[in-house]
Amino acid sequence: MTTARIDARFAALKAEGRAGFVAYVMAGDPDAATAAKILAGLPAAGADLIEVGFPFSDPMAEGPPIQRAAQRALAKGMTLAGTLDLVRGFRTGDTTTPIILMGYMNLVISRGFEAFARDAAQAGVDGLIVVDCPPEEAGPMADALDAAGLSLIRLATPTSDDDRLQTIVRRTSGFVYYVSVAGVTGVKEADAGEVAPHVERVRNASGLPVAVGFGIRTPQRAAEVARVADAVVVGSALVDEIAEAVEMNEDVTKRVLSKANSLAKAVRAARTGQTAV
Amino acid sequence: MNTTTNSGPIRPNDYSAYPDADGRFGAFGGRYVPETLMPLVYQLDAAYRAAKADEGFQAELGGFLQHYVGRPSPLYFAERLTKHYGGAKIYLKREELNHTGSHKINNCMGQILLAMRMGKTRIIAETGAGQHGVATATVCARFGLPCVVYMGAVDVERQKPNVFRMNLLGAEVRPVTSGSATLKDATNEALRDWVTNVHDTYYLIGSVVGMHPYPEMVRDFQSVIGHEVRQQVLEAEGRLPNALIACVGGGSNAMGLFHPFLADEGVRLYGVEAAGEGVGTNRHAAAINGGRPGVLHGSLSYLLQDQEGQVTEAHSISAGLDYPGIGPEHSWLHDVGRATYLTATDRDSLDAFKLCAELEGILPAIESAHALARLDQVTKDVGKDGIVVLNLSGRGDKDVATVAAHLGMDI
Repeated sequence: MTTARIDARFAALKAEGRAGFVAYVMAGDPDAATAAKILAGLPAAGADLIEVGFPFSDPMAEGPPIQRAAQRALAKGMTLAGTLDLVRGFRTGDTTTPIILMGYMNLVISRGFEAFARDAAQAGVDGLIVVDCPPEEAGPMADALDAAGLSLIRLATPTSDDDRLQTIVRRTSGFVYYVSVAGVTGVKEADAGEVAPHVERVRNASGLPVAVGFGIRTPQRAAEVARVADAVVVGSALVDEIAEAVEMNEDVTKRVLSKANSLAKAVRAARTGQTAV
Repeated sequence: MNTTTNSGPIRPNDYSAYPDADGRFGAFGGRYVPETLMPLVYQLDAAYRAAKADEGFQAELGGFLQHYVGRPSPLYFAERLTKHYGGAKIYLKREELNHTGSHKINNCMGQILLAMRMGKTRIIAETGAGQHGVATATVCARFGLPCVVYMGAVDVERQKPNVFRMNLLGAEVRPVTSGSATLKDATNEALRDWVTNVHDTYYLIGSVVGMHPYPEMVRDFQSVIGHEVRQQVLEAEGRLPNALIACVGGGSNAMGLFHPFLADEGVRLYGVEAAGEGVGTNRHAAAINGGRPGVLHGSLSYLLQDQEGQVTEAHSISAGLDYPGIGPEHSWLHDVGRATYLTATDRDSLDAFKLCAELEGILPAIESAHALARLDQVTKDVGKDGIVVLNLSGRGDKDVATVAAHLGMDI
């Protein structure tokens, strides 16, 4: 199995002595062309890894911001195939930033595990998060991802005790995503003090870097979490910028990338004692 | 008996062995939930298994079913419907006579006792037509637990009397505006609540859907229907019926009727899905007849979806059947050929609603009217010497405004 881009990126971050900034955007939000521009601009804005959501009609683990993002994308006709096209386009300009797809099981089942894994790998995807697929249901999908050299990224949560962590980290690679709050995306706020010991537990159980997400909206919060985690994921706050820019008739790409940049700066400065801009 | 069907998997030797330890009925079922919920799902499974084996729990539940719900419900020989169809003898299992007017309370009573046994202090539920919401609000009132019911904003609008009933019973009804603002979205919202309030909240699911162990647990609580029918039909006729028939949305009233008869291969099982404006249109709710297997709300089962796997909106005159999925055990019974899934359109069901009212003096729920609508076929299949038992799962008082509107009347 190759997880080359993800492993290389976390190795580089470790060498730099800082946490990574992971930006989440929804494919096709607010439309395919704008999403492609946002994606292309994220590395220069400071994203070390990018999560690309593929929209699903029934996103049961998402709070209102990402639910609405999925609805905007679906209304503009975004599909899983269209999501892979976006990644393919991104890869013509960037061959080093890891891309993780994030979404729900039914689209993956519907496409077929082997076909999905093959097409995603060919498009330049590095890993997959399936929100409603716990390890118990992941066997055949994990086989297909392994065969195509894609990482299956697992979620650990505040409800995962040490026994459960052993189940979660089996057959995972790349990194582990620690869900910092019990809840849906973008509603409750994470507390860096509470998160720290869990990150340590997950790191010990998995031997992998730990990215923390769900509930990180501001540069300040991102910096706090960046002091204890290997990477910080921000999704809803970026997606909200898209919604607001669309509503205010502003330049969507500029606004999202500016927000991403302020978050990235905060994450980069977090362990050097500098004040985030 | 181990027989094969003309297509699909081999029938099992022992239906009662399902679901397996992974929550699977053949290929269907499972636990497709976010990781945050997995420990809770295991806790629920362990608590349910302990309660199921506990005679004290079963006795307590039996007491409430008898004295509060009003069980057993009668098995009534529908003489005039029988004469009308001119085929098999038709018996109606009168679930509409239960407290709150449908079979939903059987499951709610079981789950509320389990929730209290688990020390949970807050109850959430989803509802479509409002029958499950009313039943949940009822048991919450009876046991003094706070209750939040998620209901699609569209359904809140078309089922106002039930919203008011829930409010009178002390429940908070939260209209859901996300997605298509109907039952599937209310279910999404209830799951979001559960994942956010993991410490004190019990999710009281209303049908044989969702992640393991819900399909099994709800089936078990509803199986009181089939167990009573078995005893009642033996008393009345001295033999088992030839066929059972029930409407299927998620499928809890059908599963509760069918399950005690699964091993009796001589008893034919018929589920009736809502065909809305026709299975050939895109406005129906027939997951088995018009869908394909997919994952929604925690389990793999037949599902209405587009080519890519986006869940499509269901349509039915009946809010209680207006759901794009179906319980995984039904999907399995269909695939192994043990049960047959028919359909009835909005129009068929309205006709059956009127017929039942006029011939038997019973206003059936528009959901149950879907099953009544296929008595034509089933009584013929079974023939004149046969016996058919239909689950009259709910009463139709809640539906009079809908029926009037479709008949072009103003009331």
